[in-house]
Amino acid sequence: MIRAFRALVARDLTLAARVGGSGALSLVFFLMIVALVPFALGPDLNLLSRIGPAILWLAAVLATLIGLDRLFQADEEDGSLDLMTGAPVPLELVVLAKVAAHWLTTGLPLALASPLFGLLVALDGTAMAATALTLLVGTPALTFVGAVGAALTASIRRGGLILAVLVLPLMIPTLIFGVSAAQSALSDTVPFATPLTILAALSLIAAVVGTLAAAAALRWSE
Amino acid sequence: MSALPSTSLWTRLSNPGHFLRWSGAAGPWLAGLSALTLGLGLYLSWFVAPPDYQQGETVRIMFIHVPAAWLGVFFYGSMTLSAIGTLVWRHPLADVAQRAAAPIGAAFTLICLVTGSLWGKPMWGTYWVWDARLTSMLVLFLIYCGIIALWRTMEDPNRAARAVAILTLVGAVNLPIIKFSVNWWSTLHQPASILRMGGPTIDPSMLYPLLTMIAAATLLGVTLHLYAMRTEILRRRVRTLTIREAERLDAGAPVLVPGPAAGSTPLGQAL
Repeated sequence: MIRAFRALVARDLTLAARVGGSGALSLVFFLMIVALVPFALGPDLNLLSRIGPAILWLAAVLATLIGLDRLFQADEEDGSLDLMTGAPVPLELVVLAKVAAHWLTTGLPLALASPLFGLLVALDGTAMAATALTLLVGTPALTFVGAVGAALTASIRRGGLILAVLVLPLMIPTLIFGVSAAQSALSDTVPFATPLTILAALSLIAAVVGTLAAAAALRWSE
Repeated sequence: MSALPSTSLWTRLSNPGHFLRWSGAAGPWLAGLSALTLGLGLYLSWFVAPPDYQQGETVRIMFIHVPAAWLGVFFYGSMTLSAIGTLVWRHPLADVAQRAAAPIGAAFTLICLVTGSLWGKPMWGTYWVWDARLTSMLVLFLIYCGIIALWRTMEDPNRAARAVAILTLVGAVNLPIIKFSVNWWSTLHQPASILRMGGPTIDPSMLYPLLTMIAAATLLGVTLHLYAMRTEILRRRVRTLTIREAERLDAGAPVLVPGPAAGSTPLGQAL
C-alpha cells in the first residue's frame, strides 16, 4: 500500500517535471494576478498592503484551478486510469496519491513563493509570514475540493470551464478563513490561532470528503 | 417490469410506470389545491394583513420572500435525499426527482434573492449587503447553477445522475460550513444586519398569512416538481426509443416496418 502510494506520487511528480509542469505555469499565473491588481486599483501602497493577504489568497484560489482539469483527464485519455482502477489498491489511495502529488507541484510552490509576491503588494514581514503559513495550511483544502470537480469532469471534453463553476462555490469557506486568518495577524482583534485552526480543520475535512467523493465519482463514471 | 404482487406500496408507487399513472391522476388535484391555497394566501397577505408600523406596505414583500427562501432550501434538502437514493439504491426515480428539483430550487432561490434585494432597498437603503444570510443564499444559488450545468454537459442520464448526486452531497456538506463561517466572518468585520423573524415574535395578523403563503408555495413547488418529473421520465423514454430505433436501423432493418414490428417496442418497455 505504502509502496503503491509512493510509486504513484513519484510517477505524477516525474510527469509534472518532464511534461512542462503545471506547477511552474500556476506560479506564473499567480504572479500575473498579483501583478494585475495594482493596475486595477492604482499603485497606492497603503491600500495594497491592507488588502495584500486577500489578493494573495484570491490569486491562490484561481491558480489552483490551473492544471486541475488535467488531474484525472490525462490518465483517463491514455487509459492509465483504467489500470489504476483495476489495480489491487483501493481507488481512494490512488486519488489521495494523485492529489498529494498535485498539491506538491501547485499548492506548495504557491505557499512557498507567496512571501516573494507579498513584496509586490507591500506586505511587512509579519503579514508575509502569516499569509504564507495560512496558504500552507489552507491550499490542501483547495486542492482536495478541486479534485472532486476534476473527477466529476474527467470524461467531459473541455471540462475546464465547468470545473471552475462547480468548484469555486465550494472553495468559499476556505477563502473566508484563509483571508481572516491572514488579516488577524495584521490587527490584534482576534488571536491568529483561532481562524488558523479552523482553516486546518477545513483542510482535514476536505481531505477526507474530497478523497471519498473523487474516488466515488471516478468509480461510477464508467 | 412485470407486476410484482408481493412488493410494498412504496416500491409500487416508485416504479416509473406506476409513478406516471398515479402522478397523472394526482397532478390536477395538487395543482387545484395549490391554486386555492395560493389564492387564499395572496388575499390574506394583500388585503387582510396590516401594513407594518415601521416598514409600511413594503412588509408585504415578506409573503413572497420567506416562502421562496424556504423552498430554495427545501429543494436542496430533497435533492440531497434523492442523491442518497441514486447512490445507495440506484433507484431510477431518485435521479429523475433530483434532476427535476434543481431548476425549481434554483428558481425559488433566485426569487428569494431578487425580492430580498427589492425589500432591502427601502429598508436598508441598499440592494445588496454582504451579510451572512444573503451571502449563503447566493452561494446556494451558485451551487444550484453548477449542478444544472453538470447535468447539461453529460449526455448519458445514468452517468450524469451519479456525478450530480456526488456533487450534491459534497455541496450539502459544505452548506452548513458556509452558513456558519460567513456568520463568523461578518460578525468580525461588520455588525450583522441579519433579517431576523423568530416565529413567536411576529404578530398573528401577519403570521397566519405568512404560514398560508408558505403552505401554498410548498404545494406549488411539489406540483411543479411532480410535473417536471413526469416530463423527465417521458423525455428519457423518447431518448431510449430513439436509441433503439437507431440501433435497429443500424442492424440493417428496413426503415418502414408495418404493424407488429413497429409495435414491438411499446412505451412501457422502454424505461
